[in-house]
Amino acid sequence: MSKDTDRRAFLKGSVLLPALGAAACSPPATHQDDLAASAPAAATPAAADYKPAFFTPAEWAFVQAACARLIPNDANGPGALELGVPQFIDRQMGTPYGAAAAWYMQGPFFEGKPEFGYQSQLTPKQQYRLGIRAIDAWCAKTHGKVLADLDAKTQDDVLKQVEAGKVKSDDLPLDVFFTAFLLKNVMEGYFGDPMYGGNRDMAAWKMIGHPGARADFLEWVDKPAAYPYGPVDLHGRQA
Amino acid sequence: MAIRNKPVDVVIVGLGWTGAILAIELAKAGLEVLALERGEDQDTVPDWAYPKVVDEIAQSARNGLLQNLSKTTVTLRHDQADRALPYRQIGSFKPGTGVGGAGIHWSGVHSRVMPEELRLKSHVTERYGRKFIPEGMQLQDWGITYDELEPHFDRFEYVCGTSGKAGNIGGVKSPGGNPFEAARSREFPLPPLKDPPTSVLFAKATRELGYNPYSLPAANASQPYRNPYGCDIGPCNFCGFCSDYGCINYSKASPQTTILPALRQMKNFSYKTNAHVVRVNTASDGKTATGVTYIDGQGREVEQPAGMVVLAAFHLHNVRLMLSSKIGKPYDPKTGEGVIGRNFCYQVLNSINTFFDKSTYINPFMGSGGVGQAIDDFNADNFDHGPHGFIGGGVIWGRQTGAGPVRGIPLPKGAPKWGSSWKQAVKDNYLHTGRIEAQMSNMAYRGAFLDLDPTYRDAYGEPLLRMTLDWQDNDLRMSEFFGDKLNAIAKAMGATSASGRIIKRGDHWDTRAYQSTHINGGTSMGADPKTSAVNKYLQSWDVPNLFVLGANVFTHGICYNPTGLVGALAYWAAANIRDTYLKSPGPMVRT
Ligand SMILES: Cc1cc2nc3c(=O)[nH]c(=O)nc-3n(C[C@H](O)[C@H](O)[C@H](O)COP(=O)(O)OP(=O)(O)OC[C@H]3O[C@@H](n4cnc5c(N)ncnc54)[C@H](O)[C@@H]3O)c2cc1C
Ligand code: SF4
Repeated sequence: MSKDTDRRAFLKGSVLLPALGAAACSPPATHQDDLAASAPAAATPAAADYKPAFFTPAEWAFVQAACARLIPNDANGPGALELGVPQFIDRQMGTPYGAAAAWYMQGPFFEGKPEFGYQSQLTPKQQYRLGIRAIDAWCAKTHGKVLADLDAKTQDDVLKQVEAGKVKSDDLPLDVFFTAFLLKNVMEGYFGDPMYGGNRDMAAWKMIGHPGARADFLEWVDKPAAYPYGPVDLHGRQA
Repeated sequence: MAIRNKPVDVVIVGLGWTGAILAIELAKAGLEVLALERGEDQDTVPDWAYPKVVDEIAQSARNGLLQNLSKTTVTLRHDQADRALPYRQIGSFKPGTGVGGAGIHWSGVHSRVMPEELRLKSHVTERYGRKFIPEGMQLQDWGITYDELEPHFDRFEYVCGTSGKAGNIGGVKSPGGNPFEAARSREFPLPPLKDPPTSVLFAKATRELGYNPYSLPAANASQPYRNPYGCDIGPCNFCGFCSDYGCINYSKASPQTTILPALRQMKNFSYKTNAHVVRVNTASDGKTATGVTYIDGQGREVEQPAGMVVLAAFHLHNVRLMLSSKIGKPYDPKTGEGVIGRNFCYQVLNSINTFFDKSTYINPFMGSGGVGQAIDDFNADNFDHGPHGFIGGGVIWGRQTGAGPVRGIPLPKGAPKWGSSWKQAVKDNYLHTGRIEAQMSNMAYRGAFLDLDPTYRDAYGEPLLRMTLDWQDNDLRMSEFFGDKLNAIAKAMGATSASGRIIKRGDHWDTRAYQSTHINGGTSMGADPKTSAVNKYLQSWDVPNLFVLGANVFTHGICYNPTGLVGALAYWAAANIRDTYLKSPGPMVRT
């Protein structure tokens, strides 16, 4: 199959759907409404003039600086900042995730053995608010400047210390903020579909050789060779 | 005053795998069947249509299909002396919600059970002697035999359109299949799926090591198929969005692909969604179920009278409903008496990532939930346990289930977690990383059990189910044995290195990282009402018009994945309800 026919068949779903015969219980004919409901969410890829909805200007500077260090722009490809990851995180704060809507958040809250996971009453939004404030305060005390104003080497050093639990705050455990929120969300934004605001032009997928939403490998799965096609995103764009 | 609905013959709590099976089989027997499902209605189109569903952020990172823990969850602790803490975020297990249940986002590995596991206590005693069973281990026979279940394993495989190759048909070894397999009555409905790179390397390596690799049975169809209910299933295209996802292709067996299209056409079947059942109601004699009470989508309490109640709400919820409805004697770990909550187990899983050089393409983004090559050389009692001194076994496999970068890119030991060298490492490794695993049994122990939490409540005001569980020495030594096997196989596969999780002595049950949703026990089946909650027909000993399905009826955590056995037990229970119970309702086993 040429790349083009492969693609066309792929989008039409003709290689995906089984023949719907006249069997007593074939899946029902698809209605227009159902088709509309099966479309992915609206695509709003990273915008150059994005204004954060959740983060304050100081927080926004922190998030941008952290993104630039956690996944830097280098010879292997663009970094988290270039791919719009700060926008991804800001937008996630406005989703049910930002408010921990699907987590059990009833008290009482106790610290426990690490094996029992997250036991804090802080939502992701609160984690960012308190976490950034505490790290910036520590930077100001230790280095005389907030994280965003430090040089790259010092920023790396601060982030490593936060990760290792060496930077303390009364408000929250900063190593948890770093690993379970900041770094986790940076990775999600970098590698998630561009419609969420990160991974601009699927550059992160191209870098590692991930074909994105292609989701059809019947003819390739038994071939241990380089997969020849570039990625597609949830809105059918190719890169 | 609660709203009171019109009575029905049967009310089924939960419309996932077991609920759908009981619903169709009992509706076919002519009963008026109503299923109550707490979640939303959902179907292949529109919910899992391409491209919407192949979204790692929505499905994997934000758990799109999973139980909303803000509504209800469980609490966890290692030991009776500890304070239990809530399972606040999804971690080591992933209960489903909505029509289809976990039957939507499961993977599809479709095994049976090794016959000796159903009579584990007798088998271990006969082969190794009573002293081989360590103090505190609560082994039990299940009160049922493999031969009784065989037609029902077969039935469920033919409903699912399972892909595989028989190793033993009617006691005659069948070349190309699993030589350790228990006898099956006929070939699988579909031939095995194509092998992805991880499985090819795994099969070659294990063969060289003298083991017997076979194609893991998969409820992911290798060819177009029409099942006995007339439902059409399409071939799996290895889309790589399988476990955590609904299938875009009508290929992964689920209630939606294999049962509901036929069930929905039956006039004596109906179902309600957003109906969260909080209690099984009993008559004043305590011996008859009169129906259930649920909270509807508007928050109203509704009573649903029924002549028969079936619990099909998944392990956790089946056990909790028994406890909160005060049916059966709650288990007391101090005395070892009581049955509800007894024998809580959780399958042990070791998982390692195998890294290859750049000439070896694994392409982990391709794959299917159930596809893989496996060995049973160390499964159940297929090897002599005498020299090793532990009870239990496991299946070792090289599966390729589909992996995307949001789900995490594994890296060799010592690799940084961020920065330029992390970026270099993900670029170098992503396409060249496979995964092999050992999935093992978990024995029942006196101190591992389920009860109601004294502190935490759910959004409906009901106490949460409390889990008390930790790894015991027997299981940890077994896990170390399997860890060694995994590392030797990784080496034989030509991996340049391996990293991952092997549970060792000193480790404790960790509820943060995904392990599996194979939690078992709590309402064990058996022949003795003192040690089991239900009889061999999954009928409550205390309330004979109540049937309890699910992996909660296991008396220990078996080696294989649970759903083949859970489904077979559901068909077995349905057949016996139809052929025996309905003719003369009442206890089917007299004690
Ligand atoms: C990620 C994942 C991968 C898996 N992979 C495999 C595999 O490869 N092989 C295998 O054998 N097994 C696998 N499993 C396990 C398999 O999904 C389960 O064994 C199977 O779905 C159990 O069937 P069930 O009917 O007991 O529960 P479910 O299918 O989960 O159905 C239970 C239903 O009951 C509903 N319910 C719960 N409480 C209530 C209530 N109070 N009132 C009303 N409704 C309620 C739920 O919403 C749900 O719809 C996997 C599970 C997961 C999560
Ligand atoms: S891998 Fe196959 S069975 Fe699984 S979701 Fe994709 S098409 Fe369906």
